[in-house]
Amino acid sequence: MLNQDVKYLKFRTYLNTYCPYCKNSLNQEIDNEKQIIFKAIYKGKEGVLKLSPYLDVFEIESSFKIKQGDMLDDLFCPHCNKSLVSHEKYCEECGSKVGEIIISAHTKLIPFFICLKYGCEWHGLTKADERKIKLKIPRQEMPEQDQKLRTQNFQEVPYGYTSELALLEAGRCLQCKTPKCVEGCPVNIDIPSFIKLITEKKFDKAAKKIKEKNILPAICGRVCPQENQCESKCVLGIKDKPVAIGNLERFVADYERKMDLVKVPVINKKINKKIAVVGSGPSGLTVAADLVQLGYSVTIFEALHATGGVLTYGIPEFRLPKSIVQFEINYLQKLGCRIELNQVIGNINTIDELLQNFDSVFLGLGAGLPRFMNIEGETLGNIFTANEFLTRMNLMKAYLFPEYDTPMPRGNKVVVIGGGNVAMDCARMAIRTGANEVTVVYRRSRHELPARHEEVRHAEEEGVKFKLLTNPIKYLGTDYNMVKAMECIRMKLGEKDASGRRRPIPIENSNFSIDCDLVIIAVGTGPNPIIFQSAKDIKRNKRGYIDVDTKTNQTSKKNVYAGGDIVTGSATVIQAMGAGRIAANAIHKSLK
Amino acid sequence: MFQIVRKQELVKGSIIKFEVNAPKIARKALAGQFVIVRVNKTGERIPLTIADKDEFAGTITIIFQVVGKTTALMRSLNSGEFLLDVVGPLGKPAEINNHGTVVMVGGGTGVAILHHIAKAFKKAGNYVIGIIGAKEKDMLILENEMKNICDELIITTDDGSYGQRGFVTQPLEKYLDERYDIKLVYAIGPIIMMKNVCNLTKKYNLPTQVSLNPIMIDGTGMCGGCRVEIEGKIKFCCVDGPDFDGHKVNFEKLEKRNSLYLKDEKDSLLYSIR
Repeated sequence: MLNQDVKYLKFRTYLNTYCPYCKNSLNQEIDNEKQIIFKAIYKGKEGVLKLSPYLDVFEIESSFKIKQGDMLDDLFCPHCNKSLVSHEKYCEECGSKVGEIIISAHTKLIPFFICLKYGCEWHGLTKADERKIKLKIPRQEMPEQDQKLRTQNFQEVPYGYTSELALLEAGRCLQCKTPKCVEGCPVNIDIPSFIKLITEKKFDKAAKKIKEKNILPAICGRVCPQENQCESKCVLGIKDKPVAIGNLERFVADYERKMDLVKVPVINKKINKKIAVVGSGPSGLTVAADLVQLGYSVTIFEALHATGGVLTYGIPEFRLPKSIVQFEINYLQKLGCRIELNQVIGNINTIDELLQNFDSVFLGLGAGLPRFMNIEGETLGNIFTANEFLTRMNLMKAYLFPEYDTPMPRGNKVVVIGGGNVAMDCARMAIRTGANEVTVVYRRSRHELPARHEEVRHAEEEGVKFKLLTNPIKYLGTDYNMVKAMECIRMKLGEKDASGRRRPIPIENSNFSIDCDLVIIAVGTGPNPIIFQSAKDIKRNKRGYIDVDTKTNQTSKKNVYAGGDIVTGSATVIQAMGAGRIAANAIHKSLK
Repeated sequence: MFQIVRKQELVKGSIIKFEVNAPKIARKALAGQFVIVRVNKTGERIPLTIADKDEFAGTITIIFQVVGKTTALMRSLNSGEFLLDVVGPLGKPAEINNHGTVVMVGGGTGVAILHHIAKAFKKAGNYVIGIIGAKEKDMLILENEMKNICDELIITTDDGSYGQRGFVTQPLEKYLDERYDIKLVYAIGPIIMMKNVCNLTKKYNLPTQVSLNPIMIDGTGMCGGCRVEIEGKIKFCCVDGPDFDGHKVNFEKLEKRNSLYLKDEKDSLLYSIR
């Protein structure tokens, strides 16, 4: 019969059980304790048998003493007193007699067997049936830092799954034969396989499976917008919530790192070709990792004093701990990748000069040139671009001022302009610097907010207010030229524009002003400009981004490739990695 | 890591010259360009103009005035010690052409930047008139270097302790009245000085270049902290400058922006002393 091994104390799949004859429910709830009740005969005596109604994790309680390996004589329904012992089925594990009951899963009735031998776990469910039951497991959310507490520190907000939670969440995956999630992933990670490995508790193998396609799972698991990518395609998402693929990815990557299971492979093959990678953001790191593993000699040039690009200067510590970024980059260095910091390519070396020393050049420059709205008063004091604010806080660690020398921008009434992830990062960061009031001003409505839902939820939980359908038209300054207020105009939504979103239209004479002493402008960025001053021969599109052949990511210049935000404009980490992979493959193909 | 090869106190305890070993930067640096320096791990990034370079020795020269924590920290470094990060060369180089006659006006530490540009103009075959000023005699830097470069050199001090008494604009006005062959004025120094020079040359309709040195973080066009208003449009000093047409610069806004962090600077300096 049934095992007493209780694994998932809180997160078990509840079974609704019925008598196959009288159709009465066998479940009972006494003093908040849920049970399945039977009448049973053991060694000629009649007694009551209680089982816990959870799949895979049964507890047993009986009015008589029973030993491991002993057999019950008979099993009855307590309502109609009919024997439940099946005459057709026997236990497929031990051959004993079995009791037959019915369980319901998603309005379907499924036969369920209870082996009369104590300790036998067989329950006669087919894989398909088991799946149907598992559909009832709710999506597991990650435990998070307390809402109030986390606004006082800069530490990461979600703690990540425990292995129990990960097992349970992985158990929800239906292992589809033609998995749609893989199509949704820009680098086509074999998602069902890695989830299957989790269910088998092979966490490190699961991490290796992901790393076949994605070298930065700990980062992607945290910052990818999975709800628009893999998770948007998950079949479970049609009726219920999709499998939390991102959370699982994060879990296995963290597990591998924390358990010190990351092994640096020895690369025996050597190809006597040199590759220069400009920029150490996601796309550059991918190109470098792919090619160094193929045996190329790779050098990364980074303009700042720290590697990681937007992962380091842009995304805040509470969303992506910098130690993780550094860990991944250290791994790359161990693979044999050279990194040269403080190298502004275009100035210290032009692309042409690089091509004299390197066989191929990859440009992963990023899009970091901040946009302004070109309204009155934008040069006032305490008006920051999102990039400046975040660079100060993340790269320069201004939140540790005066221990670190870079001053921290402070304000009591902070206004963030924009509705993307960067705006959310700024708003949440501002809350953490001790601002009394942080307001996000966005010109469209809540429905059009481009930020991830999770980010918006986190921001709201932390006390960030939203002023939607509002656009600033002017800043007002104090006598000392510091910003003191912002004049806004209300907006309404009109027809859909080219991006498919409804165009905001100002409502006349609806001006009003918002008091503020710190403004952060997060209305997007353009391509990083420096390299183009010395590389006029690289073709760019109307918006200033590099034109590439989408099959190879080669630019108009021979042996020069590009990828990431410098080609697409601001996009996601994983898209940049996907672009890097395409370029890496093309470089390998052309140099081989 | 970048080694300080030579340290020289141009003005004792206040204006200091470093020659830093940075062969890659020295090979590329042109007059008017700058570097970003980070002294140590907890340091901030500050922009400093390249005052000179020696390609053969592989060094660049930076000259700075001690104003805040970082510059105070740099003062405490001796030759043989290291700067953690030096990034450069950044910014657009000054446009050097043979105009005929040019006037180079410098004030305070601005002379450090000016002399590199003046050298380039001289090399291009210009007749170079130099006007350099300081608060007092002791604060005057690079007098000999300028003397070697310039065909004529006028020195002013605010208190009259050396050279002519007054501001650099006075001899400049005299020159502008007397000489008609001046084609270009280059003014580098405190914002107020550059503003006054530009107001003056505007009357004579004379092209004037200024070199701006605003708040900056990354120096590669990403943070927008160094934004200045040029003809009503926002430009970034680090990628569009640092040299701009002085008649188009909105000096009032620049002045206000540059004083934003004075209090923080002081706090940080006090913290480090404690």
